[in-house]
Amino acid sequence: MTSLVARSTPCNPRHADPRPPRRNDVVHLDGDTKRALEIGRTRLLLAAALFAVAFSVVGMRLIGVTLLQEGGEPSLADVPQQTMRTERADIIDRNGVLLATNLETASLYANPRQVLDAEEAARRIVEVLPEVDHADLVARLSSDRSFIWIKRNLTPRQQYEVNRLGIPGLHFQKEERRVYPQGALTAHVVGFSDIDNRGLAGIELSFNDVLRGGQEPLQLSLDLRIQHILHEELSQAITDFDGIGGAGIVLDTRTGEVLAMVSLPDFDPNAPGSATADARFNRATLGLYEMGSTFKIFNTAMALESGTARLDSTYDASKPIRIGGFTIHDFHGEDRRLTVPEVFIYSSNIGSAKMAEEVGPQAQKAFMKRLGMLRAAGIELPEVGEPMYPAPWRPINMMTISYGHGIAVSPLHVVSAVSAMVNGGVMRPATLIERAPHEVSVGDRVISADTSAIMRRLLRLVVEEGTGSFAKAPGYLVGGKTGTAEKLSGGNYNKNARVASFVGAFPMNDPRYVVLAMIDEPKPNATSYGYATGGWVAAPAVGRLVQRMATLVGMPPVDEKQEADPQGDLLIAVNATDQTHAAE
Amino acid sequence: MTTFSRADTSILGRWWWTIDRWALAAVGLLMFFGVLLVLAASPAVAVRIGLDSFYLARQHFAMLPVAVALVICTSLLSPRNVRRLAAICFLGALILTAMTLISGSEIKGATRWVSIFGFSLQPSEFLKPTFAVVAAWMFAAQHGKERIPGNAISIALFALVVTLLMLQPDLGMTVVVAATWFGQFFLAGLPMFWVVALALLSILGLITAYLTFPHVTDRIDQFLDPASGDLYQVNRSLEAFMNGGLYGRGPGEGTVKEVLPDAHSDFIFAVAGEEFGLLVCLLIVGLFAFIVLRGLARLMQETNLFVLLAATGLFVTFGLQALINMGSTLHLLPTKGMTLPFISYGGSSLLALSLGMGMALALTRRRVGTGDLR
Repeated sequence: MTSLVARSTPCNPRHADPRPPRRNDVVHLDGDTKRALEIGRTRLLLAAALFAVAFSVVGMRLIGVTLLQEGGEPSLADVPQQTMRTERADIIDRNGVLLATNLETASLYANPRQVLDAEEAARRIVEVLPEVDHADLVARLSSDRSFIWIKRNLTPRQQYEVNRLGIPGLHFQKEERRVYPQGALTAHVVGFSDIDNRGLAGIELSFNDVLRGGQEPLQLSLDLRIQHILHEELSQAITDFDGIGGAGIVLDTRTGEVLAMVSLPDFDPNAPGSATADARFNRATLGLYEMGSTFKIFNTAMALESGTARLDSTYDASKPIRIGGFTIHDFHGEDRRLTVPEVFIYSSNIGSAKMAEEVGPQAQKAFMKRLGMLRAAGIELPEVGEPMYPAPWRPINMMTISYGHGIAVSPLHVVSAVSAMVNGGVMRPATLIERAPHEVSVGDRVISADTSAIMRRLLRLVVEEGTGSFAKAPGYLVGGKTGTAEKLSGGNYNKNARVASFVGAFPMNDPRYVVLAMIDEPKPNATSYGYATGGWVAAPAVGRLVQRMATLVGMPPVDEKQEADPQGDLLIAVNATDQTHAAE
Repeated sequence: MTTFSRADTSILGRWWWTIDRWALAAVGLLMFFGVLLVLAASPAVAVRIGLDSFYLARQHFAMLPVAVALVICTSLLSPRNVRRLAAICFLGALILTAMTLISGSEIKGATRWVSIFGFSLQPSEFLKPTFAVVAAWMFAAQHGKERIPGNAISIALFALVVTLLMLQPDLGMTVVVAATWFGQFFLAGLPMFWVVALALLSILGLITAYLTFPHVTDRIDQFLDPASGDLYQVNRSLEAFMNGGLYGRGPGEGTVKEVLPDAHSDFIFAVAGEEFGLLVCLLIVGLFAFIVLRGLARLMQETNLFVLLAATGLFVTFGLQALINMGSTLHLLPTKGMTLPFISYGGSSLLALSLGMGMALALTRRRVGTGDLR
């Protein structure tokens, strides 16, 4: 031991010496190293303190997590409370009724490599799912692939049945299936999407990215109740007159919101594949028609607005107009000079052409352009038709366009333009999306408020005294204009293929809603005494619709006798002073 | 304490009387808890990945004697030999880590593993302790008689190591290595200006990593905003602690190991919480704190700058790894794949930790004299 200690020199530290280092050992260090050591030791204290704190924090946290968590029960039960994320947002109507939503379904697929006996498996699957083709399934189950779809979107019962078969190699994939609870009712507006939830038509297509990206439901301007009424009345009219189809629109004239839009025939968007092309065709926006006499609304407004005509101007409608080998007749010939209101209510083609003649083709074209008649309707649907109009716009075209021939537009075009005619003169784009008050488009003024007021009285007059009397809905002051146009077939107008329409608004003292009903190729019958005109076919549908929807939207009926304010020179029995006026 | 006589001058005799026996005992105790917990957690994991239920446990137990031997053998070394060993191992680990980039096999999105003689090895684990020693050597050399530009060499090596680690990419290990190296530089007398500058630089580095590596972005986003992503693992882990309570549900009675993929490694502390309870967990935390703080306290009297820096580096590495693992299990930190020293399953990590702890124990052995390292 002694020798050991003796050999313990600073140069030989292999030997143990439990005593603390001697002072003089430290002194031997040179200055720099010594300073560094001292700094190191001081700073080591800091490092140690940090570690002490860190370990304490971990200890505290342990105690906190273990003992102080409130509840105590694991949060597993919370999981279902998390908001369910779907692949595609819902679509709802203005009152929140579901128009399109997603359902979780199971889809059946197989891994053919795991299927032991393809023949046997296929036979038993087909027993449960008879719609699956047996031979095809056998072929695919025998293939060398590791994934084949057998059937997408099974019902829970089908899933249960398949599970019960206990065939190895069959698996379920959770999927979401787009479902349209309203079926055909909103098919043309909402549209539909494919099995992979990509929008293919309607709002589903035009808002595809929004719907895929978001979780917030997309609220449409449609009111499902009004949609239902419109659907019913239009179907009734088509059935009554054996039409091949029809279209109907209800528009809020103050906001441009479309409350209802129906195209018939329609289809079930839950199975769009089985629908015919005609059923999928949206007559309200994509269909282009020569609308006929309803265009006289725009012609009259144009003439009044441009100052070439006044209410008491008269036009000689006693003789047909011959122009360029073409003759313009009147249907209900009065064979005399007619005032502007008479031209309108008797729907005189000759008078209309003469009114247009005074304005001139260029001004007419410009007016039509302002009414949006020369481009596709601005609405949030991909299915919109590009209007057909003459180029160049010659005098003969001007004359026919004055009464709605020689220009083909969609029913939506007419509704939007009529809305501007009656709402004080402001043209707003039609929309299918619900608008908050501050989101309503300011719109463009197309006619003066005065002209609009006159148009309201004229339209009311047509229902009171003229061709639109079947559109009457007592108490709701309906006004409107009928239109009957022969359809072109093979370059000629076909007397037996017509488009009969009625476009109107109510209440005429302060219009809220514009309504259009159009029936494609109605056939005359005994009840209409051989007529298949807009007044006989479409106007009654509008009258019934107004009667039913007015109560729904909370509109009180008025006593029409009291409202009446006869103006001798016009035969108009409508109160022309109104609030809209003051509001403009 | 009768095993060795005070007068015994054999290598083992001197070792016994100079080693920090308390620290050694604490490491032993940690390994013991490791046995219990790997036995509890790994069968569930092994069965899930299609292995024999005790496969992982057997692997761990086969590795343990090697680890113990490594700790003891390394702790027998003199500081100078520790330095030599570290330098050689550092070089080897550096080369192998570089090789993983070329020929490594990818596991969970990172290439960290290399196969040597049929063993899968994660060489970067060995970078951690050996680099701490090599860096300390260089820092100390700055103040030595030879006037070697140690700081410069250390900075260069550090840049190399960090680059290699981030190429893998392995952010967790980079953070540990960087923090250790920074701490050593700090101890080596880095001027305060540079302390602040480097601190800012490392924050910048972390932000860059956050912006550059998608998996890092995800992890940190999840940590900062629990609503943003999948906190499945951490939530299960916290539930495990809750379920465990004060005394635990009893060995083998836990359920968290059934659902957490890394219950035997990264989340073994949660298994400890569930099956053995708060008291055992606190004991484990205490053991880590004891080893680190006792080691640092012993260094307060150290008279050799290299030993001071190297041992501090080793303890800091060890302590940080434990803290990060427990911190992420307890949702104090973003989850980071890092083992709990001596407790988690994992061959490379266990061997590297044994090497590091052996070196730390060797350096904290009581020595006579001052600057000499033999």
